[in-house]
Amino acid sequence: MSENSNSSMQNAADSSLSSMVEVRWHGRGGQGAKTASQLLADAAFMSGKYVQSFPEYGPERSGAPITAYNRISDERCPIHSNIYDPDYVVVVDETLLESVDVASGLKEGGALIVNTSKSPDDIRKEVPSYKGRVCTIDARRISLDCLGAYFPNTPMLAAVVAVSGIIDKETFMKDMEGSYRHKFVKKPQVVEGNLKCLRVSMDEVKG
Amino acid sequence: MSIRERMSGNEAIATAMRQINPDVFAMFPITPSTEIPQYFAQYVADGKVDTEFVCVESEHSSLSTCLGAEAAGARAITATSSAGLSYMNEVLYVAASLRLPVVLAVACRALTGPININHDYSDSMAERDSGFIQIYGENNQEVYDNYLMAHRIAEHKDVRLPLMICEDGFITSHAIENIELEEDDKVKAFVGEYHPENYLLKKENPLAVGPYGVTSYYMEARVAQAQAMKNAKKVILEVAEDFKNTFGRSYGFFEEYRMEDAELAMVIMGSSAGTAKTCVDAMRAEGKKVGLIKVRVFRPFPGPEIAKALAGCKAVAVMDKSEGFSACGGPLFAEVSGACINLDNRPKMIDIVFGLGGRDFTVESARSVYDRLETIAQTGDVGEVYTHMGQRE
Repeated sequence: MSENSNSSMQNAADSSLSSMVEVRWHGRGGQGAKTASQLLADAAFMSGKYVQSFPEYGPERSGAPITAYNRISDERCPIHSNIYDPDYVVVVDETLLESVDVASGLKEGGALIVNTSKSPDDIRKEVPSYKGRVCTIDARRISLDCLGAYFPNTPMLAAVVAVSGIIDKETFMKDMEGSYRHKFVKKPQVVEGNLKCLRVSMDEVKG
Repeated sequence: MSIRERMSGNEAIATAMRQINPDVFAMFPITPSTEIPQYFAQYVADGKVDTEFVCVESEHSSLSTCLGAEAAGARAITATSSAGLSYMNEVLYVAASLRLPVVLAVACRALTGPININHDYSDSMAERDSGFIQIYGENNQEVYDNYLMAHRIAEHKDVRLPLMICEDGFITSHAIENIELEEDDKVKAFVGEYHPENYLLKKENPLAVGPYGVTSYYMEARVAQAQAMKNAKKVILEVAEDFKNTFGRSYGFFEEYRMEDAELAMVIMGSSAGTAKTCVDAMRAEGKKVGLIKVRVFRPFPGPEIAKALAGCKAVAVMDKSEGFSACGGPLFAEVSGACINLDNRPKMIDIVFGLGGRDFTVESARSVYDRLETIAQTGDVGEVYTHMGQRE
């Protein structure tokens, strides 16, 4: 078969590859949590990693809570279940903190990253069950400043890269520039704003 | 050189279709269709293929259109999922009995009810007697590779049977993962052109297609069809051998994972096999003699080969991701247990129906199966043969 990597999975007792990072995204239908998980997979892929990006599909309707996942590793990951004990959780819509147990299974050594104008201390009070690192990013303000419209994905992507260290920041910026120049070949004027959005977000993520 | 990429199973299959550039793609473009025709429609619009892309009003019609095209000597394909496959049911049998090698991509999903869009094998298993060859993949790489082999198997003169390439709905079809794609010209060279010996519109030897088969002819046609399915076994292995020599990845009827000295084994299909492999590795590290068999080719069913692979085991769990409502086990169990019937020392065997409607199967789920097999092997008591796993009480 194509993935003859038996030896790399000898330490798989905890159901994860030793180098693997697992991310769970919480958003609302239409906000782009699935797209954000794909962008993270793209960025990690470009840096040479093996990636998985997959959404959990329920009844699809705008505004309903949705979940998306990433696995990022140095070897192909054969596991195809959902992720229950993620290293990082990204919350694209802070109103979900009231209704969804976003920290469920989240590893203490990982981080919870929330799109909010509040401080990490404020968010910690809202998610008292989680004792690990809590990070915040004001994706709305940054997006409005840099892009002139509210696209939370770009700041959230930068935040998770900065907090997790999954991808080297310089490599990430270089790859993303190439990706944007390719994607926006007919709209080169938007490339600079997106790159600025990434840079500002990586600098401004708190916690 | 292979091309390092990342994409969903749907895009991987659509890419294979683009590289093959078939004559006709007939398509019902609405739910429960997949993204495959959407990708392909873009290739048509961009001029990357010169396929006749036909949008029709139902899956019954899309496969019927493929039949017409194939009967006329063209290479024809389609794609569907779930209820769409069920709606093709009547025409699936027609395609197989007319010996028209349509290739059909199926994103395997649950059937109603309750209404559910997620993955299991309810749709494809319901068509196991249709006369289609069925090949299943664990991930996007395998479904892509399977697709590259599909036309050569289906169109082989000793086979001439339609073929389903089955991917796991959502788990494979919508998940983005790394993949090694092959170059367009190498794929085209591997797959080759389709030149059927005889077809409806052949000037020199026009053919009647689909006549009434009276009692004195019907059985001969069915026996010939059964022989073609037997012949497919040899062709599947020949094409796999050439695929390995060309692209380097090897495939058989099934994959034996750490089965050399395995005493406890699982027989499983699709993406769940990957999850179970991680469990096998963990338990091997503890010194437990566990392994698994991942069934890739379900039709034709490699019964004697699977029986041989399981012959040394003490206890075997067959994992069925569809409920056949036979009250004594799912369709995979019927095949595997039947295949082992003449072994001198049969392993104890149980059937576990799991994962229906997208119910998750985790490394821990696999662990619980092996733990149960360990008890069976120790006590010799098989307990309840047919059970379900993962449901709430």
